[in-house]
Amino acid sequence: MGELSPGINVLPDLRVNIGSLELANPVMTASGTFGYAREFENLMNLHRLGAVIVKGISLHPRAGNPPPRIVETACGMLNAIGLQNVGVDRFITEKMPYLAALHIPVIVNILGDSLAEYEEITARLAGIAGVAGIEVNISCPNVKKGGVAFGTDPAMAAAVTSAVKKKADVPVMVKLSPNVSDIKVIARAVEDGGADSISLINTLIGMAIDLKTKQPVLANVIGGLSGPAIKPVALRLVYEVAKVVSIPVIGIGGIESAEDALEFMLAGATAVQIGTANFLNPRASEDVVDGIAAYAVAEKLTSIRSLIGGLRLPAARPQSLIPMKNPAK
Amino acid sequence: MSQYQEKATVTRVEQFSEKNYRLTLDCPRIAGCAQPGQFVMLRVGPGKDPLLRRPFSIHQTRADGRLQLYFKVVGRGTDILAQKRPGETLSVFGPLGRGYRLDATSPSVIVGGGLGIAPLLFLVKENCRLKNDCSKDLLVLGAREKIELEPLLADFQAFGLTIHTATDDGSLGHRGFIIELMQSLPLPAGCTVYCCGPEAMMAVVSSLCRSRAIPCQVSVESVMACGMGACLGCSRPAANGGYTHVCLNGPVYDAEELLWES
Ligand SMILES: Cc1cc2nc3c(=O)[nH]c(=O)nc-3n(C[C@H](O)[C@H](O)[C@H](O)COP(=O)(O)OP(=O)(O)OC[C@H]3O[C@@H](n4cnc5c(N)ncnc54)[C@H](O)[C@@H]3O)c2cc1C
Ligand SMILES: Cc1cc2nc3c(=O)[nH]c(=O)nc-3n(C[C@H](O)[C@H](O)[C@H](O)COP(=O)(O)O)c2cc1C
Ligand code: FES
Repeated sequence: MGELSPGINVLPDLRVNIGSLELANPVMTASGTFGYAREFENLMNLHRLGAVIVKGISLHPRAGNPPPRIVETACGMLNAIGLQNVGVDRFITEKMPYLAALHIPVIVNILGDSLAEYEEITARLAGIAGVAGIEVNISCPNVKKGGVAFGTDPAMAAAVTSAVKKKADVPVMVKLSPNVSDIKVIARAVEDGGADSISLINTLIGMAIDLKTKQPVLANVIGGLSGPAIKPVALRLVYEVAKVVSIPVIGIGGIESAEDALEFMLAGATAVQIGTANFLNPRASEDVVDGIAAYAVAEKLTSIRSLIGGLRLPAARPQSLIPMKNPAK
Repeated sequence: MSQYQEKATVTRVEQFSEKNYRLTLDCPRIAGCAQPGQFVMLRVGPGKDPLLRRPFSIHQTRADGRLQLYFKVVGRGTDILAQKRPGETLSVFGPLGRGYRLDATSPSVIVGGGLGIAPLLFLVKENCRLKNDCSKDLLVLGAREKIELEPLLADFQAFGLTIHTATDDGSLGHRGFIIELMQSLPLPAGCTVYCCGPEAMMAVVSSLCRSRAIPCQVSVESVMACGMGACLGCSRPAANGGYTHVCLNGPVYDAEELLWES
């Protein structure tokens, strides 16, 4: 009776839980790389997504940075888009009706330059049909604190988290910046602040210079690095954070294939986000869902959840598991 | 608006000069719905480096599903492209962007400089298909030297519009810039100008058109990551303030929609 043997004709169970939010599969699209989803409607089946995360939304519309805003680098790209967006009110009236009608979880990425702004955006999103979660981008400069990014200071990161939590009527995911010396401290601060989950990583700050003109390539001088080039760093950070928090962790950074996504799950991620890969292959996220399903079937997994944090560490020399303080020694 | 990600087979590679190539692809779905002035995003190889797709204007399409690109080797991606051989496959994404808006009731003046000639063959073809008679239409082409123009001329001559050429070194047609040639020509009354070429050339052509109240459409470039409105990387200052996105709102604009550096 072939039909009854698990993993053959039975669809694999790809469901994962991000706190109270259940996703049909662990694949989401990363903020700023998938527009407002509609751009992709003819290029893939949007209903196959675990969740869609939309371009970062601020309280007021932002025009963004002057060009050039992007430049390709080895196995990656730098961007300095400048958080261009339509602002929360137009997002709700112009973009949300389409997104709500998709009947897939929609997570709204938000950003602000003060605690009050984060609070106000969250308040305006409360009760809006179709909003299933909020992702808080804390890599933005805090204007009141001399432009230091919220995400680089544990106290500020915790304060943003609790400010958003206070106003939110949906689960809150906090997106960490990798541009810190110890991400574990920030992760714990955000968990203490009440976050329901943590996503990481946002882009790594980088730069490109044109030798011919002796000028920076980006008009903004510096920009955020993304793509396959950052995957090893992202994996390490997910691994470290997953060990020190008890809330779900969502892995982001250079994920192009199901193999990449599964590696993040082994490192401790409950789910993943696909970013730059959407630019190379508009159906990258759907391909990753297919690949994960195929893997689950081939490995006869009853649930993809069994993979989360399933990394097998070398048993012989447990000392070497502890991240080396000084690898040179 | 249909867009496809198509695995296209290279059927022909023509080298016209040291750096200029024409690539013919079997790419029926994209060729079947493309409009003049639209572009495709091409992945030059399957690896992670170079990572991003490269944008190219559609040079010409044929009813048998062939799609041509005309390009110049300027860096790594175009270098890899120039080495493709018939039978190899490439991932092509398109057709993308907003193309030329042809006005069949107005005489056309089609102006191309350097690699800006690329989208004009498709435009001329469509222009002459829409109008029964295109003998009143002008085609003005410019390049640095003869070898950059000559191999393409035969294809344009097939349509019967009047062709003028300019080269920097005078090896073909007028010696000097295309704008001088345009200024010296009697442009047909009530004409529309369709232009593609280097930024500086389009700036002077659009200012000439503004001064003579001639409608002018230009095809502009920008760096691009996605080519479809998802990354917001391809911004360009707009005349009415803020930014416009070349992959969505362009690459073809009414010259008046853009802010020109003078
Ligand atoms: C809508 C659109 C249509 C285009 N159509 C054509 C076409 O029909 N034929 C053609 O030959 N080229 C066309 N281009 C330009 C083409 O996309 C670039 O030449 C190509 O991406 C360069 O890739 P590369 O890897 O060889 O160069 P890279 O190694 O990426 O860059 C090499 C050098 O070229 C410059 N460069 C890169 N991209 C561009 C660009 N978009 N515009 C100007 N300079 C650039 C870089 O600054 C650098 O100095 C078009 C561009 C756009 C946006
Ligand atoms: C063009 C671009 C725009 C982005 N915009 C945002 C944004 O608005 N908010 C945000 O939190 N992250 C933004 N990101 C970061 C991505 O969501 C993601 O964290 C990062 O790119 C790493 O993933 P990747 O390597 O898969 O792209 C952006 C990234 C890119 C490339
Ligand atoms: S190239 Fe991505 S929005 Fe235009």
